[in-house]
Amino acid sequence: MANVSTGPGHATIGAAIRAAAARGEPALVAFMTAGFPERARFTADLARVASVADVVEIGVPFTDPMADGMTIQRASHAALVQGVSLRWILESLAAMAPRPTAPLLLMSYLNPLLAYGLDRLPAAAREAGVAGFIVPDLPYEECEELRAALAAEGVALVQMVTPVTPPERLEMLCREAQGFIYAVTMTGTTGKAVDVPDEVIAYLERVRALAPIPVCAGFGIRGREQVARLRGHVDGVIVGSALVEVLERGDDPVAFLRGLRPSG
Amino acid sequence: MATAFETGEASALLRRELAGEFPDARGRFGPYGGRYVPETLVPALDRLADGVKRWLRDPAFVAEVDAQLANWVGRPTPLSPAPALSARWGAEVFLKREDLAHTGAHKINNAIGQALLAKRLGARRIVAETGAGQHGVATAAACARLGLPCTVYMGAVDCERQAPNVGRMKLLGATVVPVTGGDQTLRAAIDEALRDWVSDPNGTYYLIGSAIGPHPYPYMVRELQSVIGRESRAQMIRQAGGLPNAVFACVGGGSNSIGMFHPFIGDRDVQLIGVEAGGRGPALGDNSATLTLGRPGVLQGCYSMLLQDENGQIQETHSVSAGLDYPGVAPEHALLLSAGRVSYEYATDDEALESLAECCEAEGILAAIESAHAFTGARKWAAGNKGAKLLICLSGRGDKDMPTLQRTLLKGKL
Repeated sequence: MANVSTGPGHATIGAAIRAAAARGEPALVAFMTAGFPERARFTADLARVASVADVVEIGVPFTDPMADGMTIQRASHAALVQGVSLRWILESLAAMAPRPTAPLLLMSYLNPLLAYGLDRLPAAAREAGVAGFIVPDLPYEECEELRAALAAEGVALVQMVTPVTPPERLEMLCREAQGFIYAVTMTGTTGKAVDVPDEVIAYLERVRALAPIPVCAGFGIRGREQVARLRGHVDGVIVGSALVEVLERGDDPVAFLRGLRPSG
Repeated sequence: MATAFETGEASALLRRELAGEFPDARGRFGPYGGRYVPETLVPALDRLADGVKRWLRDPAFVAEVDAQLANWVGRPTPLSPAPALSARWGAEVFLKREDLAHTGAHKINNAIGQALLAKRLGARRIVAETGAGQHGVATAAACARLGLPCTVYMGAVDCERQAPNVGRMKLLGATVVPVTGGDQTLRAAIDEALRDWVSDPNGTYYLIGSAIGPHPYPYMVRELQSVIGRESRAQMIRQAGGLPNAVFACVGGGSNSIGMFHPFIGDRDVQLIGVEAGGRGPALGDNSATLTLGRPGVLQGCYSMLLQDENGQIQETHSVSAGLDYPGVAPEHALLLSAGRVSYEYATDDEALESLAECCEAEGILAAIESAHAFTGARKWAAGNKGAKLLICLSGRGDKDMPTLQRTLLKGKL
């Protein structure tokens, strides 16, 4: 399997997370569903989110988001109703000026990527300034074709690990990981609040000990207390459903994201 | 991920299928199948695959399944000659009576087998999805029989059109959760069952009802349903004097059809014909004819044929039969299509309802609307093959369809 641990996408993502860590706080990885709540406001919302976040994950809506809770299901559905597609997202990003300085990742279930065409996707992603992909329904054993295709254009494929990943598998996934390691904090779907018990901290420490690249914790991180609790145990935190809800209410994402930072 | 097959590729795939090489070590049937799930479920699927390998052919386990099939499910189910349909169609018609299995459909073959396996694997609770409610009822019954707690996810639309089955599941002790997200039918129920399983991958067993989903489900469900084809094959030889010229089964997710077809795949002279739900017609969104009208893609754990738009978004489907109302299909059916071994066609809502009425009147059997699709395929084929011997999988009984039949066939007649 081609290794792009030194590829540009991988390096950009890692550097952005490490830069935040150098400030003594976990990097902020922000997730927003593309075109939600309003398709016309996508790049404006993205610019505001990216002005605070260290890395931005852009959700490609899908009809069957099986790893997602109610908030992202609702956002996905609303975006699809407005005609948001992967093609439109890539075109909008390619046309965006100025481009965000924070690295951008696309989070997409596999089928929209297959429908776009794995032959055309990597170049289109690179041209749109996309540094990496996260594909929640693509476990390592099935990822070779996509990973190799993206690697050819220097685009990273981020791997998830979970609290139920067995030790040998965790070692293997950490060894093969690109960009950062997405450490899922709990078994379940996105969006449910978790209180970060000691065993989760211990698990994150185990991942970090094995990981040659930054580790970011995601799923259920909604508030400043959780971020403070994770400080020192991870290199970054991923905030998804809570930010989507802020955007849905029409509240200010900049203020919300700043408020998550212990120094904020 | 090939999408088209040269003739040479088709025959190579068929050769490998006949040699029993599928699913391969990666859970693939040729290019189809695989395991497309969140990382959280990977260890659970590894354990399940190990359990399937260890138990599915273990003599003690097989004896346990067979005893439940014989003493509780009521197997073997009969093969009924259909003299009146035979006279009308000018063919010799035989019906495999899965409608006479306990709980009224073939679904119980899989449900009791998987529930026994779940018990061996130490599951604390069972979750399942259901469309028509038949798999939900079968799972609820199997769980009651084995003393396992059971939660069934069912689309809100299906809860309404299959109301009698909701009551049956509750009586059998299951918790029924109506799903209001997504398309509110079978696909949304599967998404929700998967979300439940992701939340407790160690203690919960997901008892999937069709030959779909990630490996090893398509293989395990095919194995548990193949009892239909094995019995049918022996019964045809004994009662009908030989193998049929053609075998018909309806295809939604594809469990009764793969169970019926698989034991006949090596019988080259036996034509195998799967009948999908043509709904209101061939336009996208008006049917559930995945193999006839779909394109390959990944949904709910496997690479197979799908009804999807140009952006890879899964299409809402339509069928008068809740059990066929699904935009994906068993990866092994996608293989059998590519390999040219099984042909697939569709019957519309109206055709299926006509066939249901014809079977009632001619043979005194109220078939499920799902199964009635297979009768439409058989009737059309018989018209061009006079005197041929036909076997139809009567996969379930139609009592559950009374709310739909009141609105359609019986409208204005009561």
